[in-house]
Amino acid sequence: MNTEAIDMNSRQADTAPPIRKPVSQVGAKIFGGISMLFAVLALMLLAGIIVALTVESWPSIKAFGPGFIFSSEWNPPAERFGALIPIYGTIVSSIIALVIAVPVSFGIALFLTELSPLWLRRPLGTAVELLAAVPSIVFGMWGLLVFAPIFGEYIQPALAATLGQLPFIGTLFSGPTMGIGLLCAGIILAIMIIPYIASVMRDVFEVTPAMLKESGYGLGCTTWEVMWRIVLPYTKNGVVGGIMLGLGRALGETMAVTFVIGNTNFLSTASLFAPGNSITSALANEFAEAERGLHTSALMELGLILFVITLIVLILSKLLLLRLSANEGR
Amino acid sequence: MELLARRKLTNQVALTLSLAAMVFGLFWLAWILVTVLQLGIDGLSLSLFTEMTPPPGAENGGLLNAIVGSLILVGLGTLLGTPIGIMAGIYLAEYGRYTWLGRVTRFVNDLLLSAPSIVIGLFVYAVVVATTGKFSGWSGVIALALLVLPIVIRTTENMLMLVPGPLREAAFALGAPKHIVIYKVTLRAARSGVVTGVLLAVARIAGETAPLLFTALSNQFWSVDLNEPMANLPVTIFKFAMSPFEDWQRLAWAGVLLITLGVLGLNVIARVLFRAEKLH
Repeated sequence: MNTEAIDMNSRQADTAPPIRKPVSQVGAKIFGGISMLFAVLALMLLAGIIVALTVESWPSIKAFGPGFIFSSEWNPPAERFGALIPIYGTIVSSIIALVIAVPVSFGIALFLTELSPLWLRRPLGTAVELLAAVPSIVFGMWGLLVFAPIFGEYIQPALAATLGQLPFIGTLFSGPTMGIGLLCAGIILAIMIIPYIASVMRDVFEVTPAMLKESGYGLGCTTWEVMWRIVLPYTKNGVVGGIMLGLGRALGETMAVTFVIGNTNFLSTASLFAPGNSITSALANEFAEAERGLHTSALMELGLILFVITLIVLILSKLLLLRLSANEGR
Repeated sequence: MELLARRKLTNQVALTLSLAAMVFGLFWLAWILVTVLQLGIDGLSLSLFTEMTPPPGAENGGLLNAIVGSLILVGLGTLLGTPIGIMAGIYLAEYGRYTWLGRVTRFVNDLLLSAPSIVIGLFVYAVVVATTGKFSGWSGVIALALLVLPIVIRTTENMLMLVPGPLREAAFALGAPKHIVIYKVTLRAARSGVVTGVLLAVARIAGETAPLLFTALSNQFWSVDLNEPMANLPVTIFKFAMSPFEDWQRLAWAGVLLITLGVLGLNVIARVLFRAEKLH
């Protein structure tokens, strides 16, 4: 404090009450208000998306009603639209992706938490996370130009000769082997979502208290028994949450699927080798060129259906993950 | 003893499968990266950075307009989304941490974080493109900003939560009003984490294709006018890769190489930066 201030202090001391005014809180109020405004903006975004998509798809909802979901006709010139084939493609390719990705991700997470030597843990974990960062268009282009030809030439005939000969599920692996199609899209999706699911699984496995695992080992359990009987039951919710998160990604993935699914709105066989369409690839291929009117509106309704499905999946995933962290303290 | 042998065998099999899964995962990463490097380097040339995207069937040509367009879209998208995201993140961590508004916003933000990006494209189409009547660079910028937003909100909030409470209390005790405390103390302490979040957001939108398909669209010619459709790398790659022309496919591979290197580079920088700061 300089002398002048002391001087002022002593002079004011005998005439007036303390000179220190309370700090103005106006700035803080304004700042808080602005930050709240932006938070509310983020909140409104979700509602805004649902409202905007509903408004835009209203003509189609009015024209086709609930039958939209069950009709397999997609005929822009005749203005007849039904969403069955894109919905089927989205669900089937996502299921294929999960069937492949879940066991592999579990294996990776197990390796990263229990088996890997310490010095390898971080580089391997980083590699898996980098795989998650690769843009989906890279997967798509690689899938179309590199993977699909190899897949059609070698892997599909092999599948047809083995799994294709079994009763019942044989029909899934039959028909012409073209490479691109629902199965190819499912496999590319699986490669894409493995890193997401694997890193969530690794993170939740790591929250298992060491005490629990050590008690298992102390009783003579093998590493696998500790994993399967102790860690997995303890982290059940988190694991399912991670799988749902991967499912959410798979349902909404656009580019990786659009390149390899085959993009056709006709589907006459149950074979997974057949080309098909997904909600996202229908949007990516048709939307920019669609006539304003019923066609655009029907595509908007597809988008709305996709958004609602993914929201439900993501909400379930969040709730399960939250339940795991609520249990953490016990 | 037979039981023990069986348990040991199960263990062996399971652990081998786990190792196989790890190898399987890395195998794809390696295969994809090697292909992209090989074919991408084949397509690299000086004309890539000096010439415009070619018309169908023409030889040569480059990606100049697409590269510049992408830089503009990503740059402006980040500039628009980041401040809003940081402010909203500040609200969640410093003002509304325990309020119902904070909780609901946090939950909704996590949903937006994983929402399909193509739906964001549809939303911007409905709100901007349909209203103005044309595809434009600005609508692409808005779509990308909406993708940046949830990522920045999430990381800003998480990083501010890590700042120890006594730091804030010390600043308050000195008489600083709340906005000064946030601006000069907490935000500064969380700086590297917030920057990391922004870098990751840039990496995420740099490769996004789906939201640009119905907003910025694409442009075969040189254009930096944000009121017109704007060329950008992802949509150009999509168009060229799906085409039957080999020259176009070669350009697409070169473009994919640029995007992959950019995105992975940003991720590595973000990690190094964050770890370097944490060691202090």
